[in-house]
Amino acid sequence: MGLDFTVVPAYLDTILIGVLWTIAITVCAALLSFFGGILFAVIALYAPWFLRLPVRLFAWLFMGTPLLLQLFLIYFGLVELGIDLPAFVAGVIGLGLHFAVYNSELIQTAILAVDNGQMEAARTLGCSRAQALRKVVIPQAVRDVIPPIGNNMIALLKDSALVSVIGVSELTLSSQLAIGRTYRPFEFYAVAAVFYYVVNLGMEAVMRRIERKTSLSR
Amino acid sequence: MTEAHKFVDIRHAQKAYGDLEVLKDISLTVDRGEIVAIIGPSGSGKSTLLRAINDLDSLTGGEVWLDGVQINKDLPYRQYEKHINAMRQQVGMVFQHFNLFPHLSVRDNVTMAPKLLKGLSDKEADKLAEEQLNHVGMLERIDYYPSQLSGGQKQRVAIARALAMQPKLMLFDEATSALDPELVEEVNLVMKRLAEEHMTMIIVTHEMDFAASVCDRVIFMDKGVVVEQGPPSVVFQNPTEERTKEFLRKHLAQHHAQNAAEAAALTAAQTNEGAK
Repeated sequence: MGLDFTVVPAYLDTILIGVLWTIAITVCAALLSFFGGILFAVIALYAPWFLRLPVRLFAWLFMGTPLLLQLFLIYFGLVELGIDLPAFVAGVIGLGLHFAVYNSELIQTAILAVDNGQMEAARTLGCSRAQALRKVVIPQAVRDVIPPIGNNMIALLKDSALVSVIGVSELTLSSQLAIGRTYRPFEFYAVAAVFYYVVNLGMEAVMRRIERKTSLSR
Repeated sequence: MTEAHKFVDIRHAQKAYGDLEVLKDISLTVDRGEIVAIIGPSGSGKSTLLRAINDLDSLTGGEVWLDGVQINKDLPYRQYEKHINAMRQQVGMVFQHFNLFPHLSVRDNVTMAPKLLKGLSDKEADKLAEEQLNHVGMLERIDYYPSQLSGGQKQRVAIARALAMQPKLMLFDEATSALDPELVEEVNLVMKRLAEEHMTMIIVTHEMDFAASVCDRVIFMDKGVVVEQGPPSVVFQNPTEERTKEFLRKHLAQHHAQNAAEAAALTAAQTNEGAK
């Protein structure tokens, strides 16, 4: 029995809806990981200890344990505490926080690498430390880490396949659905792989655009 | 107009890093509208003194007063932050390495602080940016980014950025030291123009010619003390202190050596040109 891709078109709408869910969860989690990463970085560098310590513990937990386990904890574990999140929300929070921790590490390094003269110039104009960070230091740090954050976002897209196990019918789960009906795993996983690759190309194009837009401001 | 207080009044300024005394009990005053140059060998404490005026480097002893208000007041942290931010709005500073904000356009470099701190609308801020940039001859570069400018242009924008806060006092920390020789003049011209408008200026510089032509008073510092001060004609032509004489001699020799080297290079280039 050879490969037979003629079974694919009948399930194309299922797969395409899966692609849309994958894009949706990736975009939401990417935004959460980006702004969460900035927030964690600022807390890690500048907040008093009673904020800094919990964030550090949290970062350590998220970096030291498998993402799959984190998703189980957020989706199944929190129910025991009376927090019953929809699968999509649980997936976004899990993926978003997981990558926020990694982005935060990048942003912290970049903040420390911004020339001290920038802070001084802002302070001599009369800006407070917080204003100088917000208007001068952090924008430059974020601009500097756009390429490595882009790499993290591509990893995030690929890891979004994990949320299939908590029942978000994104690309991987939709493919599995089609496979369940047709017993054609190779064909549908191959199609899924192609779609992941296409979304990936799209994301890379967006990142390149952002990099180009910020190139003048170096 | 007579004033009860001195405009800038530095009283017994001291600064020490552990055992190393950088400023040793310096007292000096600057009048409103006066233009003062601080000269001296590197490590003499002149930049530290300048940076102490707006508390960028905190003194370990002594007081700095501006227009009757003490800048380095002893206050609890939060109150002090509020106080110093208000004081710094009145003191413009220009750095050796420009410190323009590279992520902002020239316009936004100038308008960032006035918008944030004085609540200017976009329209008011644009007008302010145009005025200030026109003043330093950089209006046509208003939508450029700092990375697209030469060093001299960057420094002129940095001056416009400081002036946009309408400061009472301008501090220049070796504003032309990082510039290529051919770019120094355009920055000097802007500073001269400010001097003509009677801006109070304290200028740390290595350029004796500029100090002599623009400043009302020259202060010579060495090893953390003010050795000698007076009108440029006196300090440069008729210094009384041995250390001042020695510094000026060395400086002049260096200057001559540099000029001679440049002249030699020029001659060599011309000879080469002729040989071809």
